[in-house]
Order: sequence, then C-alpha cells, then structure tokens
Amino acid sequence: MLFTKKQMLYATLGLLALSLIPTLFPGYKTSIATEILIFAMLAMSVDIMAGFTGRTSLCHGAIFGVATYVVLHYVTVVGGSVWVGALLGVLAAMVISMIFAALAIRTSGVYFILLTLALGMIVWGVCLRWTSVTGGENGIRGSVAPAWLLNKQNLYYFVAACFAVVTFGMWKFVNSPFGLTLKGIRDSESRMRTLGYNVPLHLFIGFVVSGFFAGIAGALYAFFNSFVSPSTVALAQSVEGLLMAIVGGVGTLFGAIIGAILVISLENFVSLYTERWLMVLGFMFIFTMIFAPTGVLGAARNFINSRQKK
Amino acid sequence: MTIFQLLNGATFAALLFVVASGFTLIFGLMRIVNLAHGALYLFGGYLGLAVANLTGNFFLGAIGAAVGVALIGLFIDFGLLRFVRGVELRQVLLTLGVAFVLNDLALVLWGGDTFSIQVPAFLDGPAEFGEITYPIYRLFVLLVGIVIFIALGLLITKTRLGALIRAGVDDAETVSAMGVDIRRVFIYTFMLGSALAGLGGVMGGAFLTLYPTADSEILVYSLAVVIIGGRGSLIGAAVGSLLVGMLSTFGQVWFPELAYFVIFGPMAILLAFRPLGLFGKVA
Repeated sequence: MLFTKKQMLYATLGLLALSLIPTLFPGYKTSIATEILIFAMLAMSVDIMAGFTGRTSLCHGAIFGVATYVVLHYVTVVGGSVWVGALLGVLAAMVISMIFAALAIRTSGVYFILLTLALGMIVWGVCLRWTSVTGGENGIRGSVAPAWLLNKQNLYYFVAACFAVVTFGMWKFVNSPFGLTLKGIRDSESRMRTLGYNVPLHLFIGFVVSGFFAGIAGALYAFFNSFVSPSTVALAQSVEGLLMAIVGGVGTLFGAIIGAILVISLENFVSLYTERWLMVLGFMFIFTMIFAPTGVLGAARNFINSRQKK
Repeated sequence: MTIFQLLNGATFAALLFVVASGFTLIFGLMRIVNLAHGALYLFGGYLGLAVANLTGNFFLGAIGAAVGVALIGLFIDFGLLRFVRGVELRQVLLTLGVAFVLNDLALVLWGGDTFSIQVPAFLDGPAEFGEITYPIYRLFVLLVGIVIFIALGLLITKTRLGALIRAGVDDAETVSAMGVDIRRVFIYTFMLGSALAGLGGVMGGAFLTLYPTADSEILVYSLAVVIIGGRGSLIGAAVGSLLVGMLSTFGQVWFPELAYFVIFGPMAILLAFRPLGLFGKVA
C-alpha cells in the first residue's frame, strides 16, 4: 500500500483544492496562487534541512535563484530550448548544492547558518558583478515559458502539477529510511555515528536532495516571473523561505505550505499600501522568534494546550 | 603598481578588522552571531555623515556614529535578545530580522543614493613617497586599524573588563558563580562590538561610499574574516582581515567580475582542514 486510507483522503482533498483554485480565485489571484505554490516548494526544501536534518540553511534562496538565472540565461541569451534550460537550471542548482554541501556538512548549529549565509551571499555578489553573464543589477528579462504556458491559468495548472509531484516526492523522502536517518542525525549525531551510519554522506545527500527541490522551484519561478535579478538570489529570498518554514512549524513539511500562503498573501497585501515589505519581513522575523518560535500552528497548539490544562 | 595594490589591500584589511573585531567579540563571548552587524555598519556610516554635516567635523561624526550605534546595540541586546536568551538559533534569526528592519529604515531615512563622507582637509589628497602617490586618508585608515588592534589587545589582556571577557568566553557560568555580574559584561561587550561596527561605517563611508547594499557586502566580508580567523580571536580577526583584504583587492585586479568569488577559495580550503577557523577553539 502506497497510502493509508486517511492519507488517501487528505491527498484527494489537497488535489481537489489545488484544481479548484483558478475557479475560486480567478485572474490576478490565480497568479498569486502560482507564486504561493512555487515558494511553498522552496519553503519545504528549506524544511528538509531545517526541520528534518537540524541544519538551518540561509542559502536556499541562492540555490533557487541560480536555477532561475540559468533558465533565463540559457533561453534568452544562448537561445536554447525551454525544457533543456529547465533541466540545466535544476542541474546547476544541484551542482551548487553539492559544492555548498561539501563545505557546510562539517558544521552544525550557528556555524552552519553562518557558512550557508556567506555562501549564499557569494552567489549574490557574483550575480551582481558578473555583468557579462548575469546582466548585473539590470538582471535578465525574457519570456521563457513555452507558448501554451503564457496563459496564467495554464501556468497555474502546470505549476500545481509539479507542486503535487514534488510534494509527494518530498513526503516520501522524509518518511523513507533515509529520511529517518536524517532525523536521527538531527536528534543525535554521535548516536548515529556510533550506530555505524556515515553521517557526513547522509548530510551531503540530504542537502543535495533539498537543493534539487529548491532548483525545481527556481526553474518554475523563471516561467512565472520572466525576469531575474540579484534580488532573486539575495539573502531576503532565503530568509523568506526560512520564515515560511518556521511560521508553518519546522519539521512538519506541510506546515511550510501554510507558511507560504501566509507570507506571500501578506506580501501582496502589504505591497498594496507600502513599499516597506522588507521591514515588515524583519519585524515578522523578530516577533516570530520572540513569541512563536515553533510556528503559528505550534503557538496555537501550545495556547490551546495551556487552556485545556487550566 | 603592485605596492599600490598592496596598500589598497592593507587599508581595506584595516577597515575589515575594525568591523570584524566587533563581530568576533560578540560572537566569542556571547555566542551571538549578530547578523545585524552589517546594518550597524551602514547605520554608523549614515549617522556619522549626518553628524559630520551638522557639525562640520569628521571626528565628531565618527564619535557620534560610535555612540549612536552602541545605543542601537544596547537596544538590540537589552530590548530584544533578552527574550531569547540562551537559544542560539533564535538569537541568530532574531538579529537577522533586526538587520532587515535597520536596512529598510536606513532606506527610508536616507534614500537609495550613494553618499560619501567628506574627510577633513589635512587627510584629503595624496601623499607622495618617491615614485608612489597614495591617498593620505587610506593610510590614516590603516593607522586607525592598527591602533584599534593594539587598543583591543590591551583591553583584553590588561584590564579587568578584558579578564572578565576572556573568562566569560571560556566559561560564563563559573564567572557568574564567582559573584561577577556577567550580564553587565555581556552588555558592555555588545555595545563595544556595535560601536566598532559604527566606527567602521564612518571609516568605510569615506572611501568606499555608503549605499543601501553596503551592509550585506561588509557582512559577508566580516563573516569570511571570522570563519577564517576563528570565533572570538582578535589575532584571528587580524589575520583573517589581512587575507580577505588582500585577496579581494587582488581579485578585483585580476578577475574584476568574479572578485567576490576569490574570498571563497581560501575559506573553502580552510574549512576542509580547520572547521573552526585558524584560531578557533572548541566551544
């Protein structure tokens, strides 16, 4: 059996909700839903590291953005086919993940954050300065999606299909024996080492798999946004992905989807009134850390639990 | 030409040292990775610019920036970090939030234009040594970097506060059990580290200019310095600054578009052999 009955029910409900969104939220709102799905994939890939491996990464935005850059560069500058571009984008994200993983897996805790932050920022710095390839601050603009995806609704369905497959893949991954080993490493590295597991290798593979998913999200973002600039690989992108994972509750995988819905909806809402999104993002981070470090869902659960005890 | 580049590297390293030493002090003693350090640098630069324009005195600007940013540091530590005391991950992510708020606030207050702080007349212009002419101001930055290195070294090794800081780095719990108010030492350290970032902002603002993404750039350089040098080590910060300063300067000459990438090489090699940095100790 691939699923239990309960899981079947949830999966069916989820797919139903996904397919109904363009009808329920037509026009502009469908685009926001597309964006939410793309970022939910990024947030879940962050959660694979932060929640299931115990390594909080601040470079996933950069991995995501590298895929976006490669797709746009390959299609608009080199003039290649979209699908080859998308493939190359995901591959590039994986190559970057491999390099980053090789460096970062030896560290944990704060050092891991520091190192991934520095690595991600180096990607940002290179994208900003390597003008001949990345277009510098102006970035690369170009409609890369194939003709049938130019329609907002079709693009939504395409992204939703990818989202369903990716989510399923991640869910399988974190619940596989390999995923459980990662959880074991999160809880006690020394215990896993004593049990004979090759901890660095597991961390390496976990990181690259997570980067692979971030790369898929990044390639889809190229279809969605038709534009890439250094801000796509900037720290803010990684931070946003991490915030979504934290707000939803790290280590829950699906929580990241709720985090993405909250953060992207808020971003679109706030942008109507003010340009100060980054400040709002910063304040959200501060307040989340002080008041709800286990995520909005976790905080709600704690609140209910404490009520019940009284 | 090469001596010119060497001097460029050394003066940039001096600036990096001033900024990164503050970062490494806070990191070493309090185990807090203050990701708002870059934003404090930028704020220091802007504050210094404002005070210098108001008073017409560059040095008053520098003092104003150091004091102002130390107060911001006090607020971050006493007003925000107290709520997440002891949980490393939450502390780091909280300072990250602070970095975003401060950066955006700077954008509101000073806009997106590039500013340069006017240096006093006697530091302006070139100095000539035989064949070479070199900006006096950058030599002054080098001097300030060396002075701060010596002053911090003396503070750490010769004073009571320094002894408390060193003891706190090794074992904060025992220090407080001896009847020392370690919280106060922590706050002083946080303010001192912040003040160094603010001072760096004024020093750097006069030759690297101030612009909205300057905070991220200096933060990456500081991180590289601390990753190379090791947590909490002044010598490590100095060696790391020299390495990063030289590499990035020569990188800019040899591979102008990929200069950023050049600091990545030694960091990678170093991490492969010494994950805690050159002078880092196991926590």
